[in-house]
Amino acid sequence: MAEAQFRYIGKHRRAVEHRRFVLGQGHFAADVRRHDTLHVAIIASPYASARITKIESSAALAVPGVHAVLTGEELCAATLPLLVGVDAPQVERFPLATGVARYAGEWVVAVVAETRALAEDAAELVHIDYDPLPAVVDMENAIEPDSPIVHPKFGSNTIFRRKFTWGAVADDFARARHTLSYRVRWARSATVPIETFGVTCEWNESQQILDVWASIQMPKFPDQLAKALKLPGNAVRVHFDVDVGGSYGVKRGIKHAVLAGYLARKLGRPVRLIEDRLENMRGGDMQGPDRAFDVTMAFDEQGVIHSMKMRAIDDIGAYSGRAPLQLGKPVGAIVGPYRIASVEYEAISVLTNKTPQEAVRGFGQAPTNYAIETGMEKVARFLGLDRVELRRRNLIGKDEFPYLIPSGTTYDSGDYATVLDKALGVVPMAQLERERDTLRSQGLLAGIGVSTCLEPSGGNSSFEPLFNPKNETTTWMDSCLVRIDLSGAVTALMATSTSGQAHETLVSTVVGEVLQIHPDSIRVLHADSLSALPSNSPVGSRMAIMLGGAAAGAAKILKAKVLAIAAHNLGVPLSSVVYEDGAVFVAEEPQRRLSWDQLVEIAHRKYHQLPPGMEPGLQEKFVWQVPTGGKMPTEDGRVQMYPCHSFESHVVLASVDPQTGKVKLHRYSVGHDCGVMISPDVVHGMTYGGVAHGLGAALMEKFTYSDDGQLLSGTFMDYLLPSSEEVPNVTIVDHCTPSPLTEFGQKGSGEAGYLGSAAAISAAVNDALAPMGASIDALPMTPQAIWTAIEQRNSGKAGENHAT
Amino acid sequence: MNDLNRLVNIRIAVNGREHQRAVEPRMTLVDFLRDELGLTGTHVGCEHGVCGACTVVFDGEPVRSCCMFAVQADGSSVTTVEGLAPERGKLSPLQDAFCEKHALQCGYCTPGMLVACQSLIDRVPHPTEAQVREAISGNLCRCTGYKQIIDAVLHATTQDASHG
Amino acid sequence: MKAAPFDYIRAESEAHALEVLQQHGADAKLVAGGQSLVPMMAMRLARPSVLVDINRLTALKGVESAADAVRMGACTRQRDVEHDQGLRSRLPLVAQALAWVGHIQTRNRGTVGGSLVHADPSAELPLAASVLAARLHLRSQNGVRVVDAAEFFQGPMFTATAETECLVAIDWPVWKGAHTGSAFDETSIRHGDFAMASAACQLQLDEAGVCQRVALGFGGVDGTPMVFPELVSQLVGHRITAQAAREIAHSASSRCEPGDDIHATASFRRHLAAVLGERVLLKAAENARGASH
Repeated sequence: MAEAQFRYIGKHRRAVEHRRFVLGQGHFAADVRRHDTLHVAIIASPYASARITKIESSAALAVPGVHAVLTGEELCAATLPLLVGVDAPQVERFPLATGVARYAGEWVVAVVAETRALAEDAAELVHIDYDPLPAVVDMENAIEPDSPIVHPKFGSNTIFRRKFTWGAVADDFARARHTLSYRVRWARSATVPIETFGVTCEWNESQQILDVWASIQMPKFPDQLAKALKLPGNAVRVHFDVDVGGSYGVKRGIKHAVLAGYLARKLGRPVRLIEDRLENMRGGDMQGPDRAFDVTMAFDEQGVIHSMKMRAIDDIGAYSGRAPLQLGKPVGAIVGPYRIASVEYEAISVLTNKTPQEAVRGFGQAPTNYAIETGMEKVARFLGLDRVELRRRNLIGKDEFPYLIPSGTTYDSGDYATVLDKALGVVPMAQLERERDTLRSQGLLAGIGVSTCLEPSGGNSSFEPLFNPKNETTTWMDSCLVRIDLSGAVTALMATSTSGQAHETLVSTVVGEVLQIHPDSIRVLHADSLSALPSNSPVGSRMAIMLGGAAAGAAKILKAKVLAIAAHNLGVPLSSVVYEDGAVFVAEEPQRRLSWDQLVEIAHRKYHQLPPGMEPGLQEKFVWQVPTGGKMPTEDGRVQMYPCHSFESHVVLASVDPQTGKVKLHRYSVGHDCGVMISPDVVHGMTYGGVAHGLGAALMEKFTYSDDGQLLSGTFMDYLLPSSEEVPNVTIVDHCTPSPLTEFGQKGSGEAGYLGSAAAISAAVNDALAPMGASIDALPMTPQAIWTAIEQRNSGKAGENHAT
Repeated sequence: MNDLNRLVNIRIAVNGREHQRAVEPRMTLVDFLRDELGLTGTHVGCEHGVCGACTVVFDGEPVRSCCMFAVQADGSSVTTVEGLAPERGKLSPLQDAFCEKHALQCGYCTPGMLVACQSLIDRVPHPTEAQVREAISGNLCRCTGYKQIIDAVLHATTQDASHG
Repeated sequence: MKAAPFDYIRAESEAHALEVLQQHGADAKLVAGGQSLVPMMAMRLARPSVLVDINRLTALKGVESAADAVRMGACTRQRDVEHDQGLRSRLPLVAQALAWVGHIQTRNRGTVGGSLVHADPSAELPLAASVLAARLHLRSQNGVRVVDAAEFFQGPMFTATAETECLVAIDWPVWKGAHTGSAFDETSIRHGDFAMASAACQLQLDEAGVCQRVALGFGGVDGTPMVFPELVSQLVGHRITAQAAREIAHSASSRCEPGDDIHATASFRRHLAAVLGERVLLKAAENARGASH
């Protein structure tokens, strides 16, 4: 499917959304102004674990302008608990703590006042008595028998645990010439968008509708909100035309919206909750995977990996939304891009008295890729093999697709070796090595790191039934409605929110391609949840596939209709007419034609000229299921996870100052294959951003907790986001292995860059440290951590590698 | 609650227009611009002076408007993102370059980023890449990885053609 | 994160500001650039009842050059000092320190005096002031007193400034002599962050490269900037060799009592100080050899 055949797809095009943003005319949650709005400030628990014994709010309520001081007791009686992603209803969660606080930062009381400042003033007058309880902060301690239990009703801190065995693991291990075991630690970080979560809810008493404007990126948000508020689904209207200021997974403000929704109905005025940064970091429940991997690779003398055992233990904090499922998604790419024949995978999801974890870009794939790639590096080093050569010996070959991996997912298409070559081709290895040596001659440590990583895409979230057999969800649909109006102008409606992925650009490009009209003339709107068709939101890198596919589907039906009207009116069979740029003519007699305007008029006004039985007007919807989706997992946990598989390879040159531990990235190349790119600028942009996210996780970002469960990095002074001085120039080289499963051969790529960068940066740093005999297998690799690794290199504590 | 927080009369020129208001001393300049004047183009990201989303031009220089109280701006002149376009319906060369080079995604850091970049260009008409990186080092972005932003500034400053 | 309520007074003169301070004592706080104070007020860590704005007092701004010192008004913007080409040659260490201070936006508002009074142990200007033995002019309704940097910085975020006093000017001593050189270095995780450790050095060599005068200090490794006049005096009369630099820096760092935090342990900070100390000694010597004014 060569790109030369496309007119608009794959071309440089200015994103439609940009004009309003550069003019400062964005419409973000905090920009929404409703008449007579009240504002919320939150009082959070100072303790990681405590009984709440008294809440005294009379002094706060006495302040003029204060309208409510809401406690968990009242809220919990009026709403239903929030959804738990696994089968553990006893791990009950409400927006406000009731009786017990389970993490420092948990929301205990919501104060509502005429202004945010006044609400904060009044919050200081609320008196809360706590009885501190023992807290568990370390996840390995949390699975010990004598640990404090975060949810006594559930009885254990292990909210999910399952060991999967796919293929002949025991045999493969017995036969293997070598095994090598190691542990890596992916610290708790998250995508931390610059915009915090915000929501305004307004209850329309006369129509009995709750209007919601939120900075949201979440599947089934309107439904879950309605359910928690005990409202029918058609009483909640979520306005998806709110611009979301970045999310990359984390904007799941269901507790914020339930809180604001309840207050809006109770008080009869719009209620607005915009997290300030302190509330967001500590109590916004948007922290990411916090994971330790214990991995053993079994391989032969040539470095071919035959089998892998992986135990992943993840600290999800004090409550569970979808967080445990982030151990499930990587099942769909558990062997990475390699031909590993058998896998044993144990996933353990643990509760602790910390801020809850939420979906982060990649939904667990980035840490898993880091764990797998670390293994490749270690195996190469152990055998004395070049790490690129080792990968070549293990990469699935381009002629092996579709390729079925042991855990039941089929990879649709790919050419991993070529993408790796392209990444390596940006700066030839010989030159990288010369630059590395120059850095070394200046007294620095320097190293080159490579990663080759899968980017599953398409969001078939079959990890839901995989991790919770009671959840039989196999439908992961999305939709689009396309309309041609009386004037002949085209409008498309999409049914979910956008947080920087340029969906309006995506849809108009696709519709323009199918209808052969200029995409800039096509308007794309975000429908609200009551007038929208079903969607499952932009998660799992699914929109290019699903929304792109739906837009194309609707446009194709419209085009077919236009052709049918033309054929009928020109008096020829359908096979005799040709569609070109919106007009239709008889193939053999091109002068016999009908223009776009004529065809539109017939459709809308001239019923007597429509083919019999045809629906009048020109509007078509397309709702479709994710390709390859729709099946429940097998008994042994095999399932087709995502349909399409993008791929990335990173090559990094890094230096480490041995005296200060500071890392600098000198060269950064990415080879990237996401099939046919509908909007290359958008894909590249997200890839650059993903690399920066991964860099942050690799080198500086961490939600650090004290031993008694206090978040120590709760501001931007301590939780460090990479700036323009830390992110190097990145060069991307594209490759295209189209997907056989999609309309244009596109795959998804919203998680690009992030899924492979931490692995590559870690490899580069370790390559730099290797001549000293030092290594570092925990992120982030801060100056302190690197210096400690160097200091400990001779003490035998360096890593926990065991190789036989 | 008590006698503190007495309203103060201020007069500020914003994007060339004079405004007169009585405000609470504790109202930050960014909250004033957004809530009092309805200029919601400037954004709040951290309220503690790190992320730069609130960057505006204040008496000719880019500053963090979350680190200043509106009362401190009495008698001063401010330019926000809404004041960067040369006229209604047109984009400045920098704004145009941002669109051309895909220098934004979610748009949240963009207003502050544009102010920081425009301030650089006003001082240094042909900046080097290093100068651009330094000029935006106080503006955090989570979407772009900065590369296309830098490309946009270099693109805007190496073109002589007018944009619109 | 909205500040607690306060009353705002824009000082019309120095005298006015001092009167308010005298009247309200600990309940009043001066605001200049506000880059540190306003965020603290937003987090309600600082809650003055009265905020006295001295930003517009021209009497507190400006730079005057005298024979052996540069007098800087306390409300002089960091940006103005940074861009002052004349100051680069007279106060090279201050220019070097400023390159590390925050970001452009913060230097556009931040003042020299504000940073000194805020006295963050990791901040660059307090370190430069300590190394150069700056003299700080504190004025109250009772008059002016001049405090040496060594006495001014008393602990983390804590200086000799009394509640009723305002820092009005800083005298920065100028080292005259042909071969004067300085260097400033720090290690932080990101550009513009507070340092995990920092080091500053200024020294003078004679024509033969022999050290005539030297000052060395560390930041971020104790409650206040640390200077080592007696220790570095051992360098006078000798060349600054790599070994001498290493030994002095190591000795100096061992005298510091850094704290632990999530970014760096005490021992790492001490190690960094030794590394940076060695680097700035050698760099300053290199600059001194190349200089001639």
